[in-house]
Order: sequence, then C-alpha cells, then structure tokens
Amino acid sequence: MGFVLVQFLTGLASASSLFLVAAGLTVIFGVTRVVNFAHGSLYMLGAYLGWTILSRLPGGPAWFAGGVVLAGLGIAAVGVLIEVLLLQRIYKAPELLQLLATFGVVLVVQDLVLKLWGPNDLTLSRPPWMRSFVQIAGERMPFYDLLMIGIGPLVLLALWLLFTRTRWGTLVRAATQDREMVAALGVDQRLLFTTVFALGAGLAGIGGALALPDGSANGQMDLTAITDAFVVVVVGGLGSLPGAYLASLLIALLQAFGIVLLPKITLVLVFVVMAVVLVVRPNGLLGRKLTLARGEANTLALVRPAEPALRWLGVAALLLAVWAPWFVGPFALSVMTEMLVAMLFAASLHVMMGPGGMPSFGHAAWFGLGAYGAAFAVKGLALSMPAALVVAPFGAALAALVFGGFVVRLSGVYLAMLTLAFAQIVWAVMFQAVSVTGGDNGILGVWPAGWASNPRVFYWLTLAICVACVLVLRRALYAPFGYALRATRDSALRAEAIGLNAGSLRLVALVIAGAAAGLAGGLAAFSKGSVFPTYISIDRSVDALVMVLLGGVQSMAGPVVGALAYTGLFDMLLMVTDLWRLVLGLSIIALVLVFPQGIAGTTYRLWLRGREA
Amino acid sequence: MKLYRRTFLASAATVAAPSIVRAQGDAPIRIGEINSYTAVPAFTVPYRNGWQLAVEHVNAAGGVLGRKIEVVSRDDAGKPADAIRLAGELVNDQKVDLLAGGFLSNVGLAISDFARQDRKLFVAGEPLTDALVWDKGNRYTYRLRPSTYMQAAMLIDDAVKLQAKRWVTVAPNYEYGQSAVKWFKLLLAAKQPGVEFVGEQWPALGKIDAGATVAALAENKPDAIYNVTFGADLTNFVRQGNTRGLFEGKGVVSVLTGEPEYLDPLGNETPTGWIVTGYPVNSVSDPANKAFIDAYMAKYKEQPKMGSVVGYALINAIVAGIKKTGSVDSEKMADGFAGSSFATPFGSADWRAIDHQSTLGTYVGKTALKDGKPVMVDWHYVSGADALPSDAEVKKMRPA
Repeated sequence: MGFVLVQFLTGLASASSLFLVAAGLTVIFGVTRVVNFAHGSLYMLGAYLGWTILSRLPGGPAWFAGGVVLAGLGIAAVGVLIEVLLLQRIYKAPELLQLLATFGVVLVVQDLVLKLWGPNDLTLSRPPWMRSFVQIAGERMPFYDLLMIGIGPLVLLALWLLFTRTRWGTLVRAATQDREMVAALGVDQRLLFTTVFALGAGLAGIGGALALPDGSANGQMDLTAITDAFVVVVVGGLGSLPGAYLASLLIALLQAFGIVLLPKITLVLVFVVMAVVLVVRPNGLLGRKLTLARGEANTLALVRPAEPALRWLGVAALLLAVWAPWFVGPFALSVMTEMLVAMLFAASLHVMMGPGGMPSFGHAAWFGLGAYGAAFAVKGLALSMPAALVVAPFGAALAALVFGGFVVRLSGVYLAMLTLAFAQIVWAVMFQAVSVTGGDNGILGVWPAGWASNPRVFYWLTLAICVACVLVLRRALYAPFGYALRATRDSALRAEAIGLNAGSLRLVALVIAGAAAGLAGGLAAFSKGSVFPTYISIDRSVDALVMVLLGGVQSMAGPVVGALAYTGLFDMLLMVTDLWRLVLGLSIIALVLVFPQGIAGTTYRLWLRGREA
Repeated sequence: MKLYRRTFLASAATVAAPSIVRAQGDAPIRIGEINSYTAVPAFTVPYRNGWQLAVEHVNAAGGVLGRKIEVVSRDDAGKPADAIRLAGELVNDQKVDLLAGGFLSNVGLAISDFARQDRKLFVAGEPLTDALVWDKGNRYTYRLRPSTYMQAAMLIDDAVKLQAKRWVTVAPNYEYGQSAVKWFKLLLAAKQPGVEFVGEQWPALGKIDAGATVAALAENKPDAIYNVTFGADLTNFVRQGNTRGLFEGKGVVSVLTGEPEYLDPLGNETPTGWIVTGYPVNSVSDPANKAFIDAYMAKYKEQPKMGSVVGYALINAIVAGIKKTGSVDSEKMADGFAGSSFATPFGSADWRAIDHQSTLGTYVGKTALKDGKPVMVDWHYVSGADALPSDAEVKKMRPA
C-alpha cells in the first residue's frame, strides 16, 4: 500500500514537471497560434542558464528559488528576442511557417549551447535540503518531489488569475477571439503577443531550471521536452491550461504505474495515450473546437497549373537530370538519388498539407512502413527488388487506409499530432520487435538487385519512378478529385452542401500520400542498403515538413524545390562544417524571412507580379 | 560494385575505370572517419582529441610504409542513412584508403554493411553491439572496443562474489540495453545457479522517469541491482536512488559507469562501492597510460576520457594493421589486419583472426569518492581476450 501511495505521489511530481513546460507552450499557442517548436530549446536554455546561476549561489532554498526565477526571467528575455526579431515578421505568413522558423531556432540553439557550455552534462551539486526525504507509509519520498507536487497547481492558479483577473489577461483573451476588434479599440496587439511569448518562454525556462536538482543540463533535453510538451498540450486541448494540467496528471500517473506492470512500455506509452484521447475526443480533453480568430484567416489563392515558361524550365531540369550521370561522380549521384527520394517524400506530404489541408507531423510513418515493407519483402519473403518496390507503397497505403479513418475526422494541429502518435507507435513497434526487425540495429543487406546495382542504373530507376509519381500526384490534384479535395479544405460546409463527401476525399488523399511516401521509403531502403527505425523517427517527419514549408505549401513546385534545397543544403553542410546545425538553422530562418510563401511560392508570386506590371 | 572515376573533363563516353590507380609515392594514407560529433558530443569531442593526438604521434614518427597518415572526418548526425552517404563520399570522392569510426551501434552496422558491399575496410571504434563482429560480422569489418558481451562478462566474477540471490535490472530500452541485460543474465545464471531476476525496468533512452523507476525497482525487494543506464539517465537514476535509499545495503553492478564521461557528472553524489567497468584515469600509473595521459594533458589541458583512449587506440590499431599488411589494398588489409598487435594506452592488444574483434580490454573496479570527486578504486585491468566466449561458440555465431 505504501508503494502505491509513493508511486502516486511520484507521478504527481512528474506531472508538475510536465505541466511547467507544457503550460508555456499552450499559452503561446492559445494566443498567437504559433506552433513553437523551439519551446524545448527554451527549456534546455533554462536548465543551462539555471546551472550557470545556481552553481554560483549558496545552496539555501531561498537562493534556489531566486536563482530559478532569475533563470526564468533570462529565458523570457530570450523569448522576447525570438518573438521580435523573427516571429513578428511572419505572423501573416501561411499557417505553420512559424513552425519552420522555430525549427531553425532549435538548430541554432543546439550549436550555441554546445559552444557556450561545452559537451559535458552539467550537474548541480545538491545541498542537504534537496537530498532530504519524508517517510510516507514506510517509504521514502524525496522532499524536492513533494515541493514539485505543489508547484504545478500553484503555477496553474497563478496563470488562471493572471488571465482572468488582470487587465492584461482580459486583453490577451480578447485578442485570441478577435484580433481586428482589439486593434480597432486601440490596443497594441504586438505588445500583447510579445508579452505572451515572454511569459511562455519564462515558464519553459523555470521548468528547465527546476529540472536541475533531479538530473543535469544536457544537449538532448530540448527534443525530449518538446515531444512531451506537445503531447500534453494536445491531449489537454490546445490553449487550455487546466487541460494541460489534467493531461500531465494522466500521462505521469499512467507512466508511473505503467512501468511497474509493463516495464517495456516506456517508448510508446505517451503516444498511445494521445492516440486514444484524440480518437475519443478530437479536440483533446478540455479543448474547444478551434475557430480562426477574426483577422487571422487568409483565404488561399487557387493554385493554377504552371505557366508554359515554368514548364519548359521543368523539362530542362529533367533533361539535365537524365544526362547527369555522365558528368558527375558516384558520390554526387548518390546525393542526387537521395534528393529524388526526398522529392517524392515531400510531394506526398504536400498532397496532404497543401490541397488536403491536413498538416502531418508523422509523415515518416508511411515512409518507414514502405522501407520496412521493402526490406521484409526482400529479406523475409525473398522477393525481387521490383516486387519489393510494389510491396512498399501498397503496405504503406494499407496502413494509411486503416489508420486514416481516425485521422481525417480531425483537423489542424490535432490531426497533425494524431499522425505523429501513429508514427511513434509504428516506430516503437519496429524498435522493440527485435526478433523480427532487428530493433534499432535495423535490417541490413537490402541492396539493389544485380541489374540495378550500378549507381547510374539505380539513379535512372529512381529518377523515372520519382518523377513519374510526382507527375501523377500533380495530375491527380488538377483532376476533379484534386479540386474537390481543395473545396473540402477551403470550405468544408459548402463542399458538403454540393454533395462532396469530405471524409472519404480526405481519406483517399491520405492513402495516396501514404502510398507515395511508402514508395519513397522503399527506394530509400535500396539506395542505402539498410532500414532503421530512424526512417520513422520524428526527425524524419520534421524533415518532410521542413521541405514542404521551405518550398511553399501553396505551390505545386514547392515540395520539389524545398526537397532539393533542403537535402542539398543539409548534405553539403554536413560535409563542410562542424557547425552545420548553426548554419542550417540560420539559413532556414533567413529563407523564412526572405520567402514567407516558401521559395517556390514567393518566387512565383514575384515573377507573376513582374509580368502583370 | 565497380568504382567510377570522377571526371568532369572526359566526354560522356567515359565509363568504368577498373580501380583507382594512384601514385603511391609519399602521398599520405587517407583514413575516412565518421562519427556522431553533434549527436553525442560528450563522447566524440574527447574522442576526436584522442585520434588527433595519435595522428600527430604517428606522423612525427615517420608515418607508416614511409607515408604520412591523414584523417578525413565527417559528422553522421547520429543517423545511419547519413553515415552511409558520407561513407560513399569518403570512398568515392575523397578516395580514402579505409573507413573508421562510429559510436552508435546502428551507425556502425550500417557502415559495416556498406563496407561489405563496397569491399572497403571498416575499423569500428566504439560501437558496442555484438552483431558487428558476430552474427552480422563480415570480412571487411574490425572492431576495437570490448563489446556488450565482453563488458557484461568482465563484471561476472565480481557479481558472483556479491552472493546476491535476488537481482533486478535497469537498462535503456534499445538493443544495447537489451543485449547487456541478456548476456548478464545468461552468464550470471551459469556461474551462480539459483540466482533469480525478480524485476526489470526499461526506461526510454534519455527519458528515464527516475523516481518511478527507482520506486518500482525497490518494490521488487532485490539484493542486488544490475544497471546499464548511462549519461543523463544515469545522473537522474543515481540522484533519485540516493534520496530514496535504493542502493543502501545492496550490491550494484554497472556497465560503463566508471568511464569519466559518465562518472564525472555524478559528482559528489557518486554512490560508493558500485562494481563498474571504466577508466580510472586518476590512478593508473603504468608507463603506457602515464605517457598517454601526459601527452594528452600537455596538448588539451584536461584529462583524457574513455573516448580519448578509443580515438588514440583506433589510429594505432589501424597503423599497426597497415604496417603488418604492407599495403593499403582493401582485400589485403581485410586479411592482413588479423593477428597484428598494436600499442594502446591500456597496453598491447591484438586483432583476432577469428572474428576481427580486438583484444583491447577495460578496467573493472569500484566507484568511490575522493575529496568529493568520483574515482574508481580497487581496479584491475581485464584483457578483452579473457572476456570472450570460446572459439567454437564464436564460430557458431559468425557467418562463414
């Protein structure tokens, strides 16, 4: 009995830690609608800054509290910098572009932390009061954990008072509802957004500093924190603080007791919880259906087929690509093969994100299923490479069909996070089913068949398949199906009224996207000769997202341009500099600022403007 | 697969060139090195220092086969797919003579499979997975560090001495953790009949829920604990374990914990008396270790870590192999490395012919606190040769 009680209290303490990070994220999203991917980085910076401050202070509880608050203020200042220098310039840009910008920040912060604080984990020496414990029912409960149990609800209460009992809070809530009206009443919205971002960042910073006594400041905590925080925010309902606390409780307690019953559940538990919650409650536990704040909606221009001049440009590029193997070396060829695979992968996500209006944070699921499908076909069923390349898209499409039914009922970030949950579950299965998949050691020896083992032949094969598929995807989007799909995106209600079935249209789009991504995965498996769970990892999903956003969602050439640009940039930087994350991050930020509609989108718009003038 | 000469000048008709013909003369021997520099900096930064020091030493001594050596280094970002692309770049564009490096097991396996396919030598430094030289071993792959099996085997004698009956295990939930636990259970049960494993915890790597994990382990009422967590997870685990009294009166056997990379962050919270594998950098005093530590500290103004030893020994092991082979031809090196001996900071080690595993060992000792700093005491060196299964068993695991 003592154990159950102590485990329950331990769960409550973990819940508070989760809530502190998630609270900032949900506050920022609720008001500014920014999906702040850099929130984990702010948490990590909070831990490092907290370490710098606290390791210089005496160890008493008051000094500790002061140091933590100081770290929080410091990170709030960092938040202000990010908001003013970066986000403020792109609030008007298409949805999710802010996500791309904050992804750039994540990369920059990783290298900055390494440069400023060095490669070693930094630990704070714990004074006796932090090491003390209280005997509860015969078991030891750390005193610090008991403190944490209290901090979560206290922060929740403070935030609630702030938002409901102060003028600032009232204005912020008003701006969430109707930005134009608030602006018309003479309130400086900008200042509101900046302060909200500072508040969210400060909370992340405090969360990071408070994590120090239980562990260390280390370079991996950003990505760990951001996934957990996203899950909590989405499970709780976007923008809902009580929801975030409830979700933290649910996840932490399930975790605390789950590992007792099923110790190996650690990889997948939070994502299973998220999937179940989203299937049962599409807007999270306490979330309300998201409505666009007035003044925020941007009606999307109809994307028309490319002008003849652009088509000729595409044909020229294709001819060049066909001819390339005669004048580039084998390594350049392997990079180009990789770019082609990335192009198909990005184009498949674009079907969902662009015309389908379904952003996905877990697109790597289909890519990975395709790759594993091809590997199983070759290694397990002893099929030939062409047969495996048929298995890959069908396997992924089948999974997309089964799972898609749950996904297409949702929208926006909820939908994106449900796809992430699915991707993580697939990832965990591949990771843990060691006897079948080799676990994280992967499946080796998936090399191309003899006739295609020459890199040139494999390149041409990849070129033919990827270009053909991208053209087919493009064709589908200009067919009645594509227009119908876009209708459901732009106005679900009107689309239903003229007899379009939004659900099945979106499901078909998802299955098509899944099949194309699966084919890309199959090609990737053969080009690398092996398959690993990293193909399904969050990183891989983020890559796809970055490629599409970088190129431009509202443009058919977007994913192609984005895939070529991102893959090329990444592959090159990885070879030439140790600081590739810094350079890549800054490049992404610069591209976001220069091309707010994506590279292809903005270029095309400028080109049109020149012609119309 | 044939190699293609990179040519911009030649006409489109240029097809395959059988192999690269290069003036051997005094052009340096090029080693293509790949590691997870940005993903695992705590290990790879000291590791890079280590191999850079070794390259300096080798070249100052005149190089090998009358040629200097040169390392072309790449960051794999922690992803096997990127490592394979970079291996291709190093082999095809940089024209390296062999590949080396690796930290993560899956990256090591990916490069070794590339090496098999491309018939290029790959000398793995750190990747610990047993598969690299056993069930997925190939003739082109050699591995320096004691594997997961060897690390577990080195700890068994001391684990048996604990005379503990009820054991629990805690390990990160991935292949390394799973193998480390599997071998420990098998080997301990063989040496100490009647031993019971009464509980296990599998925290996700980098995401340990330490309080709950510690409480769950304590609830199993163990006599002894086998720990495989490391890095940030270990720090969290130790802190919660200390406060909650998990380690009091229990024997703890812990893999890799004595390595400065993982021991130092524990600071004054280091539990005493854990039986660990590691590197007692503060107290080794034999000439080979001393010379290495002095040279390292003179250059970098800090103590070497385990990564530094791996980096340094890796270059020495490659140079010795090339010297014995007398050539940098891949096929010749694949055979020629076997049986060569090389000097390391831990003393001399050999490349085994049977599975291409090196016999580099590691230190087994106990953790302790000295002036508030973590150290290893009562240590002894265990050669890798003494921690390997019989040749017959190895042959059974390794494909022909």
